[in-house]
Amino acid sequence: MTSVNPALRTTRTACPYCGVGCGVLATPDGNGGAAIAGDPDHPANFGRLCSKGSALGETVGLENRLLHPMIRCDSGSLERVAWSDALDHVANRFRHIVARDGAGAVAFYLSGQLLTEDYYVANKLMKGFVGSANVDTNSRLCMSSSVAGHRRAFGADTVPGCYEDLDEADLLVLTGSNAAWCHPVLFQRMLANKQQRGARMVVIDPRRTDTSGDADLFLGLKPGTDTALFSGLLVHLADTDALDRDYIESHTSGFDEALARARSIAGSAAATALATGLAERDVAEFFQMFTATKRVVTLYSQGVNQSAQGTDKVNAIINCHLATGRIGKPGASPFSLTGQPNAMGGREVGGLSNQLAAHMNFTPPDIDRVRRFWKAPRIATHEGLKAVQMFEAIGRGEIKALWVMGTNPAVSLPDADAVRAAMTRLELFVVSENVRSNDTVNSGAHVLLPAQAWGEKSGTVTNSERRISRQRAFLPPAGESKPDWWIVSEVAKRLGFAAAFDYVSAADIFREHASLSAFENDGSRDFDIGALSAISYEAFDAMPPMQWPLPAGAQAPQPRFFAQGEFFTNDRKARFVAPEIPALRTETNPSRPLRLNTGRIRDQWHTMTRTGASPRLGAHLPEPFVEIHPDDANKFGIGDGGFARVTTDYGQCILKVAVSARQQRGMLFAPIHWSRETASGARVGALSAPFTDPFSGQPETKATPASIAPYEYVFRGFALSRKQVELPDHAWWSRVAIGGGYGYLFADNADLAGWQSWLRAVAGDDVAEYRDFGGGVYRAASFAGERLDTCLFIGPARDAGDWNVVKGLFAADALNSEQRRMLLSGKSADGLANAGPIVCACFGVGRTTICDVIAAGASSAAAIGARLKAGTNCGSCIPELKRLVAQAAPDEPRKLEQATS
Amino acid sequence: MAAARLVDELAKVALGRYAIAVVGDEPRLAYNRVLLSSVLAGETQSHDIELKPAGWWRDRGVTLKYGCRATEIDVGRRELKIANEESIAFSRLVLATGSTALRLNLPGAELSGVYTFRDTRDVDLLLALAAGRKRVVVVGGGLLGLEAAYGLAKAGSPVTLIHLMDRLMERQLDAPAGALLKSLVEPKGINILLNANTARVHGSTRVEGVELTDGRMLEAEAVIFAAGIRPNTTLAKEAGIPVNRGVVVDDHLQTGAQDIFALGECAEHRGICYGLVEPAYEQAQVLARHLAGGTTAYAGSVVSTNLKVSGVSVFSAGDFLGAEGSETIVLNDIKHGTYRKLVIADGRLTGAVLVGDTSDALWYLELIRSRENVAPIRSDMMFGRALALPAKAA
Repeated sequence: MTSVNPALRTTRTACPYCGVGCGVLATPDGNGGAAIAGDPDHPANFGRLCSKGSALGETVGLENRLLHPMIRCDSGSLERVAWSDALDHVANRFRHIVARDGAGAVAFYLSGQLLTEDYYVANKLMKGFVGSANVDTNSRLCMSSSVAGHRRAFGADTVPGCYEDLDEADLLVLTGSNAAWCHPVLFQRMLANKQQRGARMVVIDPRRTDTSGDADLFLGLKPGTDTALFSGLLVHLADTDALDRDYIESHTSGFDEALARARSIAGSAAATALATGLAERDVAEFFQMFTATKRVVTLYSQGVNQSAQGTDKVNAIINCHLATGRIGKPGASPFSLTGQPNAMGGREVGGLSNQLAAHMNFTPPDIDRVRRFWKAPRIATHEGLKAVQMFEAIGRGEIKALWVMGTNPAVSLPDADAVRAAMTRLELFVVSENVRSNDTVNSGAHVLLPAQAWGEKSGTVTNSERRISRQRAFLPPAGESKPDWWIVSEVAKRLGFAAAFDYVSAADIFREHASLSAFENDGSRDFDIGALSAISYEAFDAMPPMQWPLPAGAQAPQPRFFAQGEFFTNDRKARFVAPEIPALRTETNPSRPLRLNTGRIRDQWHTMTRTGASPRLGAHLPEPFVEIHPDDANKFGIGDGGFARVTTDYGQCILKVAVSARQQRGMLFAPIHWSRETASGARVGALSAPFTDPFSGQPETKATPASIAPYEYVFRGFALSRKQVELPDHAWWSRVAIGGGYGYLFADNADLAGWQSWLRAVAGDDVAEYRDFGGGVYRAASFAGERLDTCLFIGPARDAGDWNVVKGLFAADALNSEQRRMLLSGKSADGLANAGPIVCACFGVGRTTICDVIAAGASSAAAIGARLKAGTNCGSCIPELKRLVAQAAPDEPRKLEQATS
Repeated sequence: MAAARLVDELAKVALGRYAIAVVGDEPRLAYNRVLLSSVLAGETQSHDIELKPAGWWRDRGVTLKYGCRATEIDVGRRELKIANEESIAFSRLVLATGSTALRLNLPGAELSGVYTFRDTRDVDLLLALAAGRKRVVVVGGGLLGLEAAYGLAKAGSPVTLIHLMDRLMERQLDAPAGALLKSLVEPKGINILLNANTARVHGSTRVEGVELTDGRMLEAEAVIFAAGIRPNTTLAKEAGIPVNRGVVVDDHLQTGAQDIFALGECAEHRGICYGLVEPAYEQAQVLARHLAGGTTAYAGSVVSTNLKVSGVSVFSAGDFLGAEGSETIVLNDIKHGTYRKLVIADGRLTGAVLVGDTSDALWYLELIRSRENVAPIRSDMMFGRALALPAKAA
């Protein structure tokens, strides 16, 4: 990090990435950036940060930010407008469409990146005042199966455990979670437990991820068979008398049906092995470990959630914890690892279309209660459309107006090409964004509203353990950007709801949110933060991380739920759920013989609009890739490091190939992060099937039938530029942030002369070129003074070279002569014998070499000649040799003095 | 220079075997002609360009007769006649008479103020011109013309260089290299006109201007012809020794006459008259060994140019233009004053041109001469031996 002016204040805030919710200390550097450190006092991370969090300071630049409202004109271009005009336009169009087509014709699509206050206002406007529940969020793609599973089992969306359980457990079971990459700080916490207390770790995943590297037992099951594994476990627990009969009796119902179903799914270790594709020995070992260990936490994430049976998987896991009473006790709980920084806050607010508000649902009493609290004129009375169905309705023309806030559905939704096409049909398409350009903005958005980004906005977020933390501003807002809650409130006022949306700060909204959570609650709802409903501005500003529940008058903190039952069902008993027979929604077939799994990589976040700005993060895995097992690679003729086209029934991508035995046979894996902004053809969302879970509506994005075929490129190369550039249409490319600008890794089949023309078009007139067309090589660099401006290196695919040396030079402010001379070699000149500029042409003797012998005592041209032959042939360098001797002369007396003293 | 090198080589392989006399027309010890432009440019002193001090010659038992013009060879009597002096008898005679700058046969070429640039006497005349800030036109954009122009410009004269061809040094450089050289030389105060054919020199008694065939008139108070050299063959020709363009020699540098040899710019070997110092030195080495009784033979030189031209490093060797069927690799950084071209045919380096950055020139020359396969180092060889062959260079 850059050095920090001590006069600049350090601000406590929270990381905007995953659901761990780490505390961050941000110190502005006075130049628009900030030094970032982990907050040692935050109970989520105690000072630790992962690679993404550590690099936050590299992501707060204004370069690609949306700085003012814009409206698309008749000509198709986006033009800057005043805030008041933009807000009037949005309100008028919404009003018109609702009046004409009804409230069901409009929708909001929100994000786990929004602050709770933003979420609250948007949800309130749509569900209480527009009168539709078509408010959904990208959390639908992330943990809605957990929400649905929690609600089925507990009667509420309650996370029973807390992070301390990870410190205190004796067995940590990670299923469908690559926590090492996706929740790194918590994973380190688990590793610390393993090292210090000897906790054991079981990792269950079709992929042998980095998380499995530290596992005592790795279970590489077939995709979609988690329910079988946990059904088998439930049977084993029952059959080995490891049940907590008292707990089951006192606090649950439905056990017998669930056990009977479990028996029919996987009635023994052998049956479980058969159903999951695991070795019976491994299954038995897992069962034995779970059975024998009281303190067990089962952590699960997208591998469980992103499934057409995700809710059943969640319940199959919860069943095992309920059956052993291992819930809400120190070191014992099922634990959903949330993907986003504020998915939990969104859930608390009720920002999903099948929730109403504040953990209240579409039941008549809840609807009435919320209506009264909000004084809502047109409260929604039934669930709205969940994300996938919402965009299908947009595609059918049933939803005519959409407002997207802080998310990129054109990249992240399954069947994303259809999503992109659907959005172009909208009559009104509003996007609240940080960035000027992304795939969603470029899918025909009519109105762009500049929202404040992390570091500028202020409010609260809730992490995976129900801990509410403040995100605080430490930078001035970019341009005319505004808080999302302000933008929504301004539209609400223009729609005639001024009284209900007259907020002046995030604290106002938080107090109302807290009041609603406590409204007519009396312990009937898990989410109650009534103690904060009158929090002052000052106290809100200074609010430390606080875990809910926090009902008014609470005497002691309550870190866990359900150790003594007290579930939120009518009878206060938890429900065992009998899951469906596990099966993936789709079948492979000869033309789609493989299954495509999707997920994240360590150093990128979602669609890279933020992490993509960091050179450090870009260096890890700079290109979109598909991972394939060596046997499959052989079978389909795919080579490591080459390219392959991955095709599903929904779309296709061309990706770099990583052949790895970590991948299961029959499975492909591709990361989700690249978009049309960052790569030519790597929108993996476009490949995923849109089939959803019947309870959660979460799509099954981890098992889409796919085929793969090699794709050959003759040339590969890279370009470095200070600004973003357009690469030729025919090229495959991937963009990554590098020190001082942007790097493009590309591959191509067009001829080199075309690239020479391309370079000359984007570069200035101070261009250096290296041309070996016969050898298939073209390299060029343009300069602005002594600084590199643009670089292009292209060569034969088999010998593409390494860009690290050139990247290093590109990051420099100035290149010296020798660096410039060697630049186009693409190799480092460091450590090479460098004779300096040639003085004696006849014998190729350089100045450095000559100065060395002068320093060693050669005091005349003849003496130099005697040692180096320089000047002894044609002699034309003798004048220069004499000059070099003369220049060195002033040192001579001093040397002599030193020698004699 | 060729003579001095021959003596040097002879002293190494056959010291004392011959009593050597060196006869020279110029009234001073042998000097380094390559450095004349350096003297002209004021970068070095006239006395500093002597090849060897008198003592060096003395130590090798050499009788020096400078300021003496050899006028006749009596082949039959094995005698060399010297103007105003007695003859010298020889058992072996080596002609190292060099060459003379050509004066173009143009109207006005005889006028006062028309010079050539060949020896120290020319340098003295040119220095006087420069001291008077006289406006000078140099005719010829080859090595010699550029050197004269550079020296004059540095010494203070406004200089225009006119060249018949479309680029400078066309016998050593390809078009981009010539263009780069032009762009590097012009800022040194030399106005360069290409495709400029001299029609006549104007003036009544002294030079007043130069007219080009396209009608352009250039003001000038002096004209320097640097448009080529002619081997000095008169002595040989008059003695009946076979002369073509130069004195014809065989692979032992022997002329058509027994025991009479020739080397350097006056000699013609296998139809080639070399106008460069490097072949002369190679010839000197071969001849010395031959005279010492050895069996070496001279098979010709791979011509290369490896010099600073007007302060700009230039290297050229082999098939620098790139014949049909060859491939070229080019590295240019024009704003940085660098151009490099390597020509490859059948996996071998066959030619090279370097302007600005001539490091590794000798390595390229070695590769051209050795004809070794360069395919394994093709991708790196442009960037020098240290990068392409790090182990060998270390």
